[in-house]
Amino acid sequence: MTLSILIWLPLAISLVAALLAPRALVGRFVAIGSLVTLGIAISFLVRFKLGHAGLQFVTDKVWISALGIHYKLGLDGLNVALVVLTALLFSASLVWSAFREWERARVFYFFFGLAESAVLGAFCAQDLALFVAFFDLMLIPFYFMVGMWGTGERVRATTKLVIYTLVGSFFMLAAAIATGVLASSQHGTPITFVLSSLRALPLSRDSQEWIFLCFAVAFLVKMPLVPFHGWLADGYKAMPIPVVAVFSGVVAKVAAYGFLRIVLPLFPYASVHFQTLMLLIALVSIFWATAVAFTTSDARMVVAYSSIAQLGFITLGIFSLRPEGGQGALLQMLNHGLVTAAAFFIVAVLAGRAGGSEDLRDMGGIAFRAPVLASLFVIVAFAWLAMPGSPNFIGEFMILLGTFQSKLAIAVIAFAGVIAASYYALRMYITSMHNRAGREVASREIVVPDFAVIAPIVVVILVFAFYPQFGLRRSEATLKTTVAPAQVLAARGPGARAAIGAGGTAYARVGGGGGP
Amino acid sequence: MIAITTAAHDAATHQLTGPPIDWSSLSPLVALAAGGMVLLLVGLLRSELVRERIVPALAIATFGVTIGLCIWRFDHPASIISGALRIDDLALILDMIFSVAGIATVLLSWRVAAPAESGQGEYFGLLIFSVLGMAVFVSAQNLVTLFLGIELLSVPLYILCASETRREGSLESGLKYLVIGSVGSATLAYGLALIYGATGATDFSAIASALSAGKLLGGVLGDPLLLTGLGLVIVGFAFKASVAPFHQWTPDVYEGAPTPITAFMATATKAAALGVFLRFFDVAAIGAQDKWAPMLAAIATITIIVGNVGALGQSSLKRMLGYSGVAQAGYMLGGVVVGTQLGIQATVLYLVAYLFMNIAGFAVIVAQQQVRPDGDDVAALAGLGARNPWLAWTMTISMLSLAGIPGTVGFIGKFQLIHALVDGNYTWLAIVLVVGSMISLGYYLRVIAAMWMRAAVPAPVPAAAAGGGGGEPAFPPISGGAPEGDPESSFGNGAPGSGPGSAPATPSPIATLRFAHPGVVLVSLVFAGATVFFGIFPSPLFDLASHAGHAISGIF
Repeated sequence: MTLSILIWLPLAISLVAALLAPRALVGRFVAIGSLVTLGIAISFLVRFKLGHAGLQFVTDKVWISALGIHYKLGLDGLNVALVVLTALLFSASLVWSAFREWERARVFYFFFGLAESAVLGAFCAQDLALFVAFFDLMLIPFYFMVGMWGTGERVRATTKLVIYTLVGSFFMLAAAIATGVLASSQHGTPITFVLSSLRALPLSRDSQEWIFLCFAVAFLVKMPLVPFHGWLADGYKAMPIPVVAVFSGVVAKVAAYGFLRIVLPLFPYASVHFQTLMLLIALVSIFWATAVAFTTSDARMVVAYSSIAQLGFITLGIFSLRPEGGQGALLQMLNHGLVTAAAFFIVAVLAGRAGGSEDLRDMGGIAFRAPVLASLFVIVAFAWLAMPGSPNFIGEFMILLGTFQSKLAIAVIAFAGVIAASYYALRMYITSMHNRAGREVASREIVVPDFAVIAPIVVVILVFAFYPQFGLRRSEATLKTTVAPAQVLAARGPGARAAIGAGGTAYARVGGGGGP
Repeated sequence: MIAITTAAHDAATHQLTGPPIDWSSLSPLVALAAGGMVLLLVGLLRSELVRERIVPALAIATFGVTIGLCIWRFDHPASIISGALRIDDLALILDMIFSVAGIATVLLSWRVAAPAESGQGEYFGLLIFSVLGMAVFVSAQNLVTLFLGIELLSVPLYILCASETRREGSLESGLKYLVIGSVGSATLAYGLALIYGATGATDFSAIASALSAGKLLGGVLGDPLLLTGLGLVIVGFAFKASVAPFHQWTPDVYEGAPTPITAFMATATKAAALGVFLRFFDVAAIGAQDKWAPMLAAIATITIIVGNVGALGQSSLKRMLGYSGVAQAGYMLGGVVVGTQLGIQATVLYLVAYLFMNIAGFAVIVAQQQVRPDGDDVAALAGLGARNPWLAWTMTISMLSLAGIPGTVGFIGKFQLIHALVDGNYTWLAIVLVVGSMISLGYYLRVIAAMWMRAAVPAPVPAAAAGGGGGEPAFPPISGGAPEGDPESSFGNGAPGSGPGSAPATPSPIATLRFAHPGVVLVSLVFAGATVFFGIFPSPLFDLASHAGHAISGIF
């Protein structure tokens, strides 16, 4: 059983379903198929050997020999859990979709399958060119899914989404090719794009700097973090719920993962050089997104902006350039993927009980006859606000631990963001589930199909809460080798103090405005 | 003239291999010439069957034989006819590109007004002669042959553009192309003359050795005669390749010409012009690369920006693809600028990619135009995803590939071009290319959004048809109708709405069809399939491109 099967199975299933299955059964066929994919992903997780830093289950074939591009796939501590998360969230979304009616269902499920294949491919790719190809390909199905099945200003939203992200991707494409070409010319070796080979061919400092910036733009747009988030509000608002769940749950994670997989190991010098910049971007994102999440009354937007804040924390952890921070970031990617997907599904369930409105002002009192829904929501909300005892608490703790060790001031400021998260999460819970009942609210218990989607995610959240080592153990060894080059450089370089002054002013400005 | 023949004679005495004419190497060109002449004669027969079935079939057969001969001569590089032509792998690959484009054009031309109006034999004969001209053009090793080639390829195209003789737009397009094309040819001729004056040779290899000897390059900027000559040659080629700022004719001519001819010009002519850019600059003028490379790089930059920005506001698909073709020519010039093996390979690879993705798109336009009178309009694509998913998919693939999305051959092509640019120390041009691709998303995505995300709009009823319908308000838009006596009126499934007394004088003698012609759909599917196939398994294309690259390295 190779990784190729895991990657291409979703696309194959959706193609078969689109061409052969009767129209009424396409959804169920694809949903069952996605459960098979999930099973395969779990089988890889089970067979994954702990304590190894290197790649496992490697598939390595020459794809384009003239360019030294390999079709190389592999799992290690960085991506094994993310692959399972991807399969899980896509299964959840497909099961959710299968219980609903879609216009032109065949095309819809085809794009869903293509999206899952592309995301899995991006996570498994161990060749820079292959990663770029999957990263760009990932966008195409979402372009169609938002444009064809979205709500409101869907065409405008999807065009904005695609142009924003592809602009980043094209910079990344140029940077990726430059990485291969310059690495080979600076070391006099034949051109290669295989990540493990590129790690042995470090680039000169000047090249690293501009290449880093190109990659950073691509990843920051995709996450998104604050100066690059223009597409988010329209895009998330227009997406159908199962699409937004996977988009926010895993697609945004590919970008954060890209920093760990590509940027830190390949461009360690530039990572140290731009560390303060990245940390500040993360910090601004945390506070800016938190402030917006405070003020908006749109439930979906609360979740959307909170995910910017969470991705800010993840970036903080990555650019602490410490194994602890990286571990925390990775754990937080899993947690956030689970929580945000569950939260989006819950928003849809709530809207169904508040006369179709996703506005928090139209909700209220939904918990009255829905204790199971309320319990699910409260677990998600506690995980969301990083309650001690929840997996997110451990993730954020490790992120801050890493940041404390590298940039004390920034960690201190970021801490306020953790506290602020509890406000919007609890506000959303209280105003929707308790308080006075909204005008059109009809409190009903969650129905079995929706329960079948949300409950498994909540169970996984609980498992992580009780046993976070589950996520941490696998990634430890790999992360150390990933972060090591940059960490060594950072420890050597002076000038770490310079950042503190800038961080201090940011605190006075943003922290003062956004506090509860 | 005497000087030229002496130079050719000198070259011939240097060449010790082979007889004066190596017929086997010349065979692809001979096949084209013979096919064209036979077609002209067969087209004179009165039988309808012969004119409408046999002539196109013969045209396809000619191109097929040419491709076969190209494959046969592959890997047998030879300079023939006293060094006037060089039939190497680069020339043969380009010949195959022209022939494939030719076959596609023939298939797209079924049930189109142009061949019926201008005569089947003439239409397809001219098409073949134009391909012959391109083959001469890209094989030329001599300034005189070069000029012969450009004229032989251009003159039939002027006529073909105007071949829809009853439509004003077509005539206008032909005239425009004639005037501007002649300016381009004249500029080229002047430039060639100056280069001959500066180097004293018409033969490419003699020019190359004169240039690399370096004795001609006096002063700060070099020999003014040579520089002016090179500049004028660039301008002449730029007219043909529709490179900015010499591209203004492109959108107008593309819009007015019959769509199959537009498709042919967009792919084959572009391939010929860029092929000759490679031949001339990377072989003959390689010694003066430091002189022309900055000029070409600047032109490429302008072209990329102008083409992409120009395409943004277009509502006609053909105009949009015309501007997009301008931008793509700018990308491909990047491969010429760097003047390396890799650059040549990248350009050739992109030319093949460009052929696949562009023909797929143009086939959809032809299909659209068969079904509705406003088929060229971007807005008319609305709802195509629901109406005809196959065509919508091929158009989608074509647009995504032109934009350079992974999984399509356009991505591979751009990848290799950027690779060549970074490798050749033109990273800034690679960034320009990338920025151009970003702008291009604006118009490619608009087409996709129209097809899949907008509700269909009904086709407008042609004014003449509405008048002829006897005041019937809901006159079916598919009415069309043909003038009496035209052979097409009894053809196929056309004109279901044209009853007695309602035969209106529409501008086109071919009725709009209920469904697009299966041949056209087939072309679009095949080329879109190739776009995706070679996007996933690009190795054969790389092999082909490396043959082309090595063909040129044998010379310098």
